[in-house]
Amino acid sequence: MNDNPFSLWVYLSQSPLLWLTVTLVVYSMTDAVSLATRRHPLANPVLHAMWIIGAFLLLTGTSYATYFAGAQFVHFLLGPATVALAVPLYEKRQLVLASIVPMLVALVVGSVTAVVSIVLLAEAAGLPRDVILSLAPKSVTAGVAMGISESLHADPSLTAVAVILTGIMGAIVVTPLMNGAGITDFRARGFAAGIAAHGIGTARAFQVDEVAGVFAGIAMSLNALVTSLLVPLAVTVLLR
Amino acid sequence: MLASLSLILLCQLIGEVIVRGLDLPLPGPVLGLFLLLLLLLARDRFAIIAQGPLRDEGVENASKGLLSHLSLLFVPAGVGVVQKLDLLAAHGIAIFLILALSVVVTLLATVLTFRLVSRLFGQQDAP
Repeated sequence: MNDNPFSLWVYLSQSPLLWLTVTLVVYSMTDAVSLATRRHPLANPVLHAMWIIGAFLLLTGTSYATYFAGAQFVHFLLGPATVALAVPLYEKRQLVLASIVPMLVALVVGSVTAVVSIVLLAEAAGLPRDVILSLAPKSVTAGVAMGISESLHADPSLTAVAVILTGIMGAIVVTPLMNGAGITDFRARGFAAGIAAHGIGTARAFQVDEVAGVFAGIAMSLNALVTSLLVPLAVTVLLR
Repeated sequence: MLASLSLILLCQLIGEVIVRGLDLPLPGPVLGLFLLLLLLLARDRFAIIAQGPLRDEGVENASKGLLSHLSLLFVPAGVGVVQKLDLLAAHGIAIFLILALSVVVTLLATVLTFRLVSRLFGQQDAP
């Protein structure tokens, strides 16, 4: 092995260990920068980790499938983490119950706005029909959005890209936007982040405020349900 | 810790089974979330359930551990997107602007509705 450093690289680059380690190390660094800038929106740890690792894969000529063989252990935890949202929700249940009416109204208005705005904007920009269908469910969590896209015979991988990009954009813009609009109610801020930017928005909300995180988690969960019912309806009404 | 993690996985598993079985338009983990919430609420009602992970903050601590690095969990999917940005770029730069505009409009519509209804019902700002 010592004779040939290249064979060591070939061995390591095919093993999950290397890519799992790269994911954790790069994220630890971007998260440390995010903390050092007191969670500045532009220092979003997901955004920077994803382009740094993406560039590293490109430079080393590593395929995404090889990378994912290692990174899947992290990816898998998304499911259990969603279940775990029950705990902060349980601890803040009084506040949540007291806010049930504004939550439900904002859920309906927010879900409808997310779908209708993207369909109308995409139509105005003259995008082809299958692209519009792929973009329509972009505000819900990736698994559900891809399911919706598939049922509409659109392109699920285009949907996945739009979903992640939407999440990142939402996570970056939410804090300055809410501060600018003078909204100090963290229930409302978190709820909006969860509706517009699903899990990535929820992760951002938890960084800013625990109450915001709880409301974002509820919004994300409920939006998955509402949007699945809404998108097929909206595209038949809005698209000719 | 192990029992708490098992309980979380079990909730997710039951959630997935129900969602697949009944063909519900909902992610399995979201149903798992409601199951765990029901368990936590039931524990306060019936002392007999307060065993193992449902005792001494077991599942609470495990959950908070998982959630403390929620952002990390999106990195693997995010890296896939970096490699597929050309899929979007193929439809022109306008597509990025549309997505950004839609996010801003959705955030504002949601937050303003929430505040308006909250005020109509005479609630104060949350602490």
